[in-house]
Amino acid sequence: MSALSPMWQEASQRQAPAMITVESLSKSYRGFTAVDDVSFTAHAGRVTGFLGPNGAGKSTSMRIVVGLTPASSGTATVLGRRFADLPDPGREVGVLLDASAQHAGRTGREILTIAQQTMGLARSRVDDMLDLVSLSSTEAERRVRNYSLGMRQRLGIATALIGDPEVLILDEPANGLDPAGIRWMRDLLRGYADAGGTVLLSSHLLHEIEVIADDLVVIGHGRIVAHGTKAELLAAAGTVVRSADVAGLTTALEAAGLSPTAYDGGALRTDADPSLVGTIALAAGVALTELRSADGAGLEEMFLELTSDTQREGAAA
Amino acid sequence: MSAVTVETLGTVPPATTTGTTTGTPTVRAPRAIPPRTPTSRILAVELRKMFDTRSGFWLLASIGITAVLATAAVIIFAPDDQVTYDNFGAAIGVPIAILLPMIAILSVTSEWSQRSGLTTFTLVPHRARVIQAKLVVSVGIGVVSMLVAFAVGALGNLLGAAITGNDVVWDISLAHMGYIVLANVLGMLVGFMLGVLVRNSAGAIVGYFVYSFVLPGLSMLLAANARWFEDLQLWVDFNFAQGALFNGEMTGEAWAQLGTAGLIWLVIPLAVGLGLVLRSEVK
Repeated sequence: MSALSPMWQEASQRQAPAMITVESLSKSYRGFTAVDDVSFTAHAGRVTGFLGPNGAGKSTSMRIVVGLTPASSGTATVLGRRFADLPDPGREVGVLLDASAQHAGRTGREILTIAQQTMGLARSRVDDMLDLVSLSSTEAERRVRNYSLGMRQRLGIATALIGDPEVLILDEPANGLDPAGIRWMRDLLRGYADAGGTVLLSSHLLHEIEVIADDLVVIGHGRIVAHGTKAELLAAAGTVVRSADVAGLTTALEAAGLSPTAYDGGALRTDADPSLVGTIALAAGVALTELRSADGAGLEEMFLELTSDTQREGAAA
Repeated sequence: MSAVTVETLGTVPPATTTGTTTGTPTVRAPRAIPPRTPTSRILAVELRKMFDTRSGFWLLASIGITAVLATAAVIIFAPDDQVTYDNFGAAIGVPIAILLPMIAILSVTSEWSQRSGLTTFTLVPHRARVIQAKLVVSVGIGVVSMLVAFAVGALGNLLGAAITGNDVVWDISLAHMGYIVLANVLGMLVGFMLGVLVRNSAGAIVGYFVYSFVLPGLSMLLAANARWFEDLQLWVDFNFAQGALFNGEMTGEAWAQLGTAGLIWLVIPLAVGLGLVLRSEVK
């Protein structure tokens, strides 16, 4: 995976201007801190994934960015300005916070028309957007109460894109989409970012974010726990190694100064790279059944740790 | 024209690489900042939003429908000497006085109850501008509805007189008509006030019925039983004070009483509600 060095990623990230800047954002409700000193940036030409378990503070942070929720402290700017200072925000920032938050009695076409008229766009934009998100004209005439969640997400994406914005802020846009829909969304956002757009999207699913994001912001219990390019976060993962003789392998690795930890049912994980682990195992005469670079394993562990507190299944991690 | 060029990528990039961007991403030239959303556009959109749902459409249509039904009822059921413009006005006025506040309530509360506010207030991130537009549009609809109602009543009056063979009786002065329109606009503002204060459709509608049908009864009861309240009632009972508008008997004192009662029951709670709308969280 090291074809793209983290160094290069860093450099390119620095070159691209920050389109969304969140600084020391906090939000507390009587005795409960939903967002705690959150800072991050999202850059042009990149998809920034906002990852965290349910209730971690993703949606609250995004609502603060677009001015729907007042922050207790801290600032958030989009395109260098507070959201409320954008003169016609729909034409600069496309926002989808909750696809179900629409008047159930309006048709899909009507919802797009309202957005089109609010921004004073050409009427043809409505049909363009319906085509873009593959909602047929029959579907567009149906009332939103009869839409599946996937159709609502498509309509929400259409509403976000209708003003041809250069920044997209999407909260859990893949929810309710079928696998083909998720693939479609991924391609759409990739194309959008490659054309110079900025995407900030949230998800509570690690895999979903992993396949689309360039940069990751991981949030748990209202705090940022990791922040960086995906390459950086994945590179820090080390090695996963498996053997029938776990005890012997553990001893050998520890003797070599590594500190292996148990991982995923009988395997071990260390921060060292696979070639070193292989050499150690060979020298110790321990037969390996699996040896691989632990792409994302560190991230996954961190994420499981975050979720385990809130998961009803108990100690999943 | 769209900058959103959707490329269908041939293959799904493996999870271990960062997509297919290997060069510097296209950095777009800085774009011109669009002009501020004009108020005329917000007004037009808010007007459209009042008609574009089935409930909104039928609520508005029901004003015309009930006006026609009430007119027909007067012609059919009223004794011949009662077929006067005043009675047509009264018959039409009752359903309209209930319907208009509902329209005002729903125009505000649907943004919260239906959660469309998430979109509305991100497309126009100034809630005061949106609420103001809703207020203007509501009052406009109220005035137009009243004019339609008066026109329907006038037709009914002509028709009624033709059927009974009596002379046409025009017993509402232009000033009195103005008072009635004002009274209905005030009723609509009460609905609007409850909308911004409660921000929930069901709650605000229940609130409206308590406000207009339970409170006046309690006020009457109190006035009948407590001497100290009897004189005070004229000054603090908004419903009572509006009675003079409907009767067309507006003296200087009646205006003053309308003012003080309106301050207590409309202006102050409206100000509180607007403050809440501007500061509350939209979820």
